[in-house]
Amino acid sequence: MSPSVALQEMIRAIRSARTQCEERGVIQRECAAIRAQFRQADNGGRSHNLAKLLYVHMLGYPAHFGQMECVRMIASPHYSEKRVGYLGAMMLLDEKQDASLLITNSIKNDLSHSNQYVQSLALCTLACMGSAEMCRDLAPEIDRLLRGTNSYIKKKAALCAVHIVRKVQDLGELFAPAARSLLSEKNHGVLYGAVVLITELCAWNPETLELFRKTVPDLVQIMKGLVISGYSPEHDVAGVSDPFLQVRILRLLRILGRNNEAASDAMNDLLAQVATNTDSTKTVGNAVLYETVLTVLDIKSESGLRILAVNILGRFLLNNDRNIRYIAMTCLQKIVGTDHNAVQRHRGTIVDCLKDQDASVKRRALELSLALVSASNIRSMMKELLLFLSSCPPDLRAEAGSGIFNAAERYAPSQRWHIDTILHVLTTAGGDMRDETVPNLIQLITNASELHCYTVHKLYRALLTDISQQPLVQVACWCIGEYGDLLLRGECQETEPVQVTEDDVLDALETVLQSHMSSPATRAFALTATMKLSTRITDNVDRIRSIVSIYGSCIDVELQQRAVEYNALFKKYDHMRAAVLERMPVIERNSPGHTNGVSVGEAVKEIQPAEVKQGLLQQNANQVCDLLDLLGGSEEPVQPSLAQSSTAPGMSVNTASTAGGDLLDLLGGLEPTPHAPAPTLTAYEKHGVTLTLSCEKQSDSGLTVTLTASNSTDSDISSFTLQAAVPKSVQLHMKAPSGDSLPARGTAKVTQMVVVNNPNKVKLKMRLRISYTRQGSAFQDTVQIDSFPEVSTAGH
Amino acid sequence: MIKAILIFNNHGKPRLSKFYEHYTEDTEQQIIRETFHLVSKRDENVCNFLEGGMLIGGSDYKLIYRHYATLYFVFCVDSSESELGILDLIQVFVETLDKCFENVCELDLIFHVDKVHNILAEMVMGGMVLETNMNEIIMQVDAQNKMEKSEAGIAGAPARAVSAVKNMNLPEMPRNINIGDISIKVPNLPSFK
Repeated sequence: MSPSVALQEMIRAIRSARTQCEERGVIQRECAAIRAQFRQADNGGRSHNLAKLLYVHMLGYPAHFGQMECVRMIASPHYSEKRVGYLGAMMLLDEKQDASLLITNSIKNDLSHSNQYVQSLALCTLACMGSAEMCRDLAPEIDRLLRGTNSYIKKKAALCAVHIVRKVQDLGELFAPAARSLLSEKNHGVLYGAVVLITELCAWNPETLELFRKTVPDLVQIMKGLVISGYSPEHDVAGVSDPFLQVRILRLLRILGRNNEAASDAMNDLLAQVATNTDSTKTVGNAVLYETVLTVLDIKSESGLRILAVNILGRFLLNNDRNIRYIAMTCLQKIVGTDHNAVQRHRGTIVDCLKDQDASVKRRALELSLALVSASNIRSMMKELLLFLSSCPPDLRAEAGSGIFNAAERYAPSQRWHIDTILHVLTTAGGDMRDETVPNLIQLITNASELHCYTVHKLYRALLTDISQQPLVQVACWCIGEYGDLLLRGECQETEPVQVTEDDVLDALETVLQSHMSSPATRAFALTATMKLSTRITDNVDRIRSIVSIYGSCIDVELQQRAVEYNALFKKYDHMRAAVLERMPVIERNSPGHTNGVSVGEAVKEIQPAEVKQGLLQQNANQVCDLLDLLGGSEEPVQPSLAQSSTAPGMSVNTASTAGGDLLDLLGGLEPTPHAPAPTLTAYEKHGVTLTLSCEKQSDSGLTVTLTASNSTDSDISSFTLQAAVPKSVQLHMKAPSGDSLPARGTAKVTQMVVVNNPNKVKLKMRLRISYTRQGSAFQDTVQIDSFPEVSTAGH
Repeated sequence: MIKAILIFNNHGKPRLSKFYEHYTEDTEQQIIRETFHLVSKRDENVCNFLEGGMLIGGSDYKLIYRHYATLYFVFCVDSSESELGILDLIQVFVETLDKCFENVCELDLIFHVDKVHNILAEMVMGGMVLETNMNEIIMQVDAQNKMEKSEAGIAGAPARAVSAVKNMNLPEMPRNINIGDISIKVPNLPSFK
C-alpha cells in the first residue's frame, strides 16, 4: 500500500487539533501505536508507519526510535519500503549514530542492484549522510558506476563522488580520471555533475588543479556550444540555454584560470562572447552575466575585458531589480581593493543605495561606501554617511559608526572637522559606539589645543540638550572639567559663546551625577570633573565640597572611593589641590591600537589620586609594621608601588595598624637574664613555657643559635612553632625543629637550630614569635632579643 | 553547497524541512523558527537575499528565499553557490511541483510530504544541485512512482475503492451450514483491512 493513505489520516487528525496540547496528545498516541507496530515482526503497513514517523519528526517531536526500523526497511526487497527507509535514514540517521554503520552493507548491495532506481536511492542516501568510513568502503563502487553507461546513474554517482571527496580528501585521486572522461558526455545532467566534481577536486588538491588545466579548451568548447547554438527546447530556460550548466562551467574556468596566464588567454574570447551575447533582461541572463563578470575579474584577463566587466556591473547597479543591485554591490566589494578607480566611477549610485529601503541593500552599500572613502571625497562622503547614520537600522549602527571613525581618522582634512564629525556621530548614535571611542576622542581633543574653547562650548551645549548618550556625556564631563575656565570666560572665536555661570555648569554636572540614565563610569567622570572645577572656579568651592562629601557614602564603591579621596584632598591636602588638579598634559598616542590609548589615558587619570594616596600612606606605613619584617629598618618609610596604590583599600585611617607596634612593646620589659659569659639565655618565660637559646659562632659572620623550649605546666602543648626575624642586613636560615609537641611537666624538650649570617656586623637582634595550642585553645606570643650572649667560638 | 531547504507557511509552520548537514532535532527546530522570524519581517519588494542569522554555518551563509502565496521557500546556502542561480532553482522546483500535483497548493504539500521529498531528491542531492531540467525530473519521479505502485497489489488500488470495500457491510457468514446430512464448514475469509 502506498504510504500516503494512513499518513493522510494522521495528518488530518493532527491538523484538527485545536491547541498545542491536543496536538501533542494526538502525536503521542500515534507514536505509541507506531512503536507497538515496529515491535511486531512482519507487518504489511510498515512503510506508512515510518512515513508517519517522519512527518512527526518534521514537526519537531522526537523520533529516534525509528532508526532501527529504517535499517530494517532498507534491507527489505520491496521498492516502496526501501524508498521510505532511505528517506528515513537521511532524516533520522547521521554519522554519529551507530545505526548508520548497519546500512553500509545494504547500500553496497543496492549499489549493484539491477534496478536503476534502487541504485539511485542508495547513491542519494550515501551523498546525504555518508560518514568517512562508509565513503572509504564504497568509493570503488562509485568509481565503477561513474564509468558505466547509464547517464541517470552517472550524474548521481558524480555528485556522490563530490560528497566522498569532501569527507575524505585522499580519495580525490581515485576519481580524477573518471571525472576527466565524463567531460565528453552529451547529457547535460552528467556534464553538470562532472563539472561540479572537477571543481571540488581542484579545490582540495593543487596538483589536480594542474592536471585539469589541460581541460580548459574542452570546457571552452562546451560553453561555446551552449552560447552560440540555437534554441534547444530541452535545455532552454527563459531564452538561455541551460544557464545552470553555463554558470557552473564559468565558475570552474575561474578556478582554473586564476593566477595562470595561459589558461586565462584561452578563455578571453569566450568570456567576451558570453558577455556580449547574453540577454540581460531576464534573471537567468543576469545570472550568467554575473558569473562571467566574476570570472573576468578573478583571472588574469586583458584590460579591455575588465573594463567591460565593470561596465556590466555598473549597468546592474542601475537595474530596478533589487536583487541585481545587491549582487552587483557584492561583486564590487570584492574588486574595490584592486580596481579602485573603476569602482569610484560608480560612487554616486552606491551612495544613493544607502537610502534604499531594503536592509540587505543598505548593508552592502554601507560596506562599499566605507571602502570607497578617500582623501579627495572625504567631505561629501562623510555628509552622506552621517545622514545614513541618523536613519539606519540599529544593527548597522555600530558598524557604520566605527567605519566613520576610521575614515575620519585617516582622511580628516582638519582637526576641527574631525572633532565636529565625531561629535555628530556621538550625538546621533552614541549609545551604539564601542568603548574605545571615548579615550580616543579625549586624546584627540587634548592634541588640538587651539580648539579647546570651541570644543568645550559645543560639548556643553550638547550636554544641556541630551544626557542619555553615555559616550557623549563622558567626553563632555571630561572637557568641562578640564577646560571649565574657558567655558566660564564666555568668549570664543570659533563659535557663538554661551553665557554661563558657575552655578549653571555645576547644575549640569550634578544632573549627570544624579540621573538614572548615567552609567557608573559616567558618574565617575562627572565627579572627577566637578572636583577639577574646584580649582578653576572661584565662587562655588563650597558647593563642590558638599557635592563631593555626599558621595562619600555612595553605594557604588568606585564613586565612594573617589569621593573620599577628594574629601581628603580638601581637608588635609588643600595645599596640593591646585597642583594635583591642574591641566592634563597632551596624551601621547603610542600606536594605532586602541588599547594603548585606553591604558595611557587611564594611567594619566590614576596618577592624580595615586599621588595623593601616597602621601597619606606614608603616614600609616610607619605604623603598619609587618611583624616579621625589619628591625633596624623600621625608620625608613615604606614606599608603596604605584600599582599597589590603585588597588589599596580606601584610605580610612588604619587604626588597627598600631596594634602591631603594641605587640612589639608587650614583652619589651623582659630583659635577658644576665648570664654574662654564659652561652645560653632564657629568652622567654611565660605561662609555663620556657625558651632558652644558646649561640655558637661558626665563622667570622656566621652564628648558630639553638633554641630550646620546654613546658612546665600540667597540660600538654601541641603545634608548637617558632618564627624568627632579624634586621635587614642579616640573613637567617631556620632548620627543622625536632618536634612540635611539648609534653607536660617538662618531660621532653623541643630544639630548633637557627643559622644566622651577619656580614655587615650590625648589632644582632632577633624577634621570635611563639605559637602553640594548649587545652584546645591557641596561643601566640612574641619576644624580642636585643642582646645575644657573648658568643663563644666553635670548639670551646 | 546548500545547507538546508525549508518550506514553511505564513505562520511559521514547517511544511518541508531538509537538512544537508547534521544538526540535533532541537537545533533544527530553532533554525526553522529563526529563519521564519527573519524572513517574515521582510517587505514584499525587497531583494530576496538575507544575511545575518546566527545558527547555520556561522558567517559564511545566506538565506535565499521566495514567497509564493502562503508559502515561503527558503534555501540556506554558503558562498560557493551563485545567488541568482539558486533563485532560478527555486523557480524550477516550484514549477516541477506544479506539474506533479496539478496546480499545487499548500494542502498538497501537507498531505503528500513524502512525494515532495522524492521530487526534491531528484533535484538536490547531498547539498548539491543534481538536475535542473524539469521534464527530466518529472520523468524520473513518474517512473519511480510506477515502480512503487506495481509492488503494492490490492493495497495499491485507488483509495476510494479500498474504503468502499472496507465499508461494505457483508452479512454475517454462518460458520456451519447444516442441511440435512450435509455439513459444510465455511472457511474463514480474509478480512479487508
